[in-house]
Amino acid sequence: MGHLTLTGIGKDYDGVEVSRDIDLSIEDGEFVVFVGPSGCGKSTLLRMIAGLEEISRGEMCLDGERLNETPPQERDIGMVFQSYALYPHMTVAENMAFGLKLAHADKAEIKQRVEAAAHTLQLSPLLDRRPKALSGGQRQRVAIGRTLVKQPRVFLFDEPLSNLDASLRVEMRVQLAELHRRLGATMVYVTHDQVEAMTLADRIVLLSSGRIAQVGAPLTLYHFPESLEVAAFIGSPRINTLPVTVIDPGKRRTGVRLPNGETLPVAVDGSRLTEGDTATLGIRAEDFVTPDTADALLQGRLGVAERLGYETLAHIDVDGVEGTVTQRLDRLACLEPRQALTLGLSGEQCHLFDAEGQACPRQVEIPGIAR
Amino acid sequence: MNQYQLTKLAKRVGFYALIAVVMVYAIFPFYYAVITSLKPSSDLFRVDFWLSTVDFGNYVQIFTQKSFVRAILNSIIVSLSVVFIALLLGITASYALGRVRFRGRTTVMLVILGVSMFPQVAVLSGLFEVIRGLGLYNNPAGLILSYTIFTLPFTVWVLTTFMKQLPMELEEAAIMDGATPWVTITKVFLPLMWPAMATTGLLAFIAAWNEFLFALTFTLTDDQRTVPVAIALISGGSQHELPWGPIMAASVTVTVPLVILVMIFQRRIVSGLTAGAVKG
Repeated sequence: MGHLTLTGIGKDYDGVEVSRDIDLSIEDGEFVVFVGPSGCGKSTLLRMIAGLEEISRGEMCLDGERLNETPPQERDIGMVFQSYALYPHMTVAENMAFGLKLAHADKAEIKQRVEAAAHTLQLSPLLDRRPKALSGGQRQRVAIGRTLVKQPRVFLFDEPLSNLDASLRVEMRVQLAELHRRLGATMVYVTHDQVEAMTLADRIVLLSSGRIAQVGAPLTLYHFPESLEVAAFIGSPRINTLPVTVIDPGKRRTGVRLPNGETLPVAVDGSRLTEGDTATLGIRAEDFVTPDTADALLQGRLGVAERLGYETLAHIDVDGVEGTVTQRLDRLACLEPRQALTLGLSGEQCHLFDAEGQACPRQVEIPGIAR
Repeated sequence: MNQYQLTKLAKRVGFYALIAVVMVYAIFPFYYAVITSLKPSSDLFRVDFWLSTVDFGNYVQIFTQKSFVRAILNSIIVSLSVVFIALLLGITASYALGRVRFRGRTTVMLVILGVSMFPQVAVLSGLFEVIRGLGLYNNPAGLILSYTIFTLPFTVWVLTTFMKQLPMELEEAAIMDGATPWVTITKVFLPLMWPAMATTGLLAFIAAWNEFLFALTFTLTDDQRTVPVAIALISGGSQHELPWGPIMAASVTVTVPLVILVMIFQRRIVSGLTAGAVKG
């Protein structure tokens, strides 16, 4: 079992609060990803769970047992480090066996567990090598293997893929997902890479300046962000934002005035807004519609077109909007430099955030995605 | 041959000439000691740069003296003990100073550095009282104690810089594996710190092996003396005769082990000394 609960967790460093009011319940077998910009406290939170940092406030329990004062090695929690932290003078097998040896496990048992872990991670032919004779991906697998042999109730990963090159990262990502499926163990994973978060997580915990901004399934965070911060962090390219004025707050539809004077009925519950408020309209790059089905139009000129092969990203200068608006287009879209473009907005596809950055709840149903 | 090639040649010749000068400057005294030690005493004052005959009489003479052999043994015991104690205390101290966060860490480091700056003479009388108070006068243990005082600051400093460079995650991984600080030091850090330990250990050994002032002050009888003092006290037939032959033979005898040690560890010394300075 590996049911981890955090209640009111907080962390101070010499009086500076780096983490606060973390309430989270992680189910047994769940893959939870902590994600957020650097300095948001995600690594600190992970290290508190591991026991490498003291918990200043709150309570942490594993299967109902309080662990705040338990030293790291007795927590039954394993951690994989960003820099792998392999012991350079030991072979792969010795690296994996070190913890078990210190725990005075039976020799035959150690051998059997190391071999099983090596088999799982395809490390069997490398058991007698030293870390320096391994590639980055292999080192990463040894680091995972070292945790695996201890058969902990909870696995912690601290940005495990950030030292790998791009193609290897994709490969290791798939292997990690596969490993989680096979072991069915509770895993907590820290990353600043939203792609890793989206692809691996059962649930994403988005942290921002030391507190939880939103918890939910990856697609829930993508389609129903609770704040502008979440909307901006999840999704690439970044969500487009336009300053708008509220003209008709409503329960099902909220009318807003765009910078160019057009009005758009956004499908959100804006009843707590008042007429004349400034707000932020959010629209993702792929959510623009064709002009004939649009509720409102924006005129602009093409700035830069990025052709990525599988899609084209058009960065468009729109009149009355600071910065550029990004539209995701077909991979073969025909674009001329400085071409005039019309962007179609649909009220169903847009997000609306109040002046504090809190989202107005969207009034649309998306099949298969829970709120 | 044109102008360019000539200058190039001249530069090259000048370079090697300079190297030759430096080599002669550094090696000649030692070379002359070796030569002198291999001459019979009758030839002693004839200036010779090459050896015409080899005579081991001086070596036979010093090694038949029981007090000299005893002095070598004393030196070995004292130096090895100093190295062992300095490394043991140095490693544990450097773990505390390099890895454990505590109030006043910098102050401790500066005090350690400050201690090593006092000249030996300044602490001689005080140390003499300490050693007499501990009942270690005329005892190799007294020398071990006093040498360790002077070796430890350097050892701690070098090992601490080295320890600080070892990645923090390595220690954390060991903690997650259930290692106590002692296990972390011995099983994880020690194997990685061999270059630094070889360097500091060797320098501590050389310092203890060559030390003269304390050895002269804190010992009284022949059978407690170390080699440098024993050499200085080798006397000739009368008080007007300095027995240069045996003195040179003794000096060469005690220097050669050091030279061999340095040659064995020279790579490590370089990597150990620079390891603290540049990341690599």
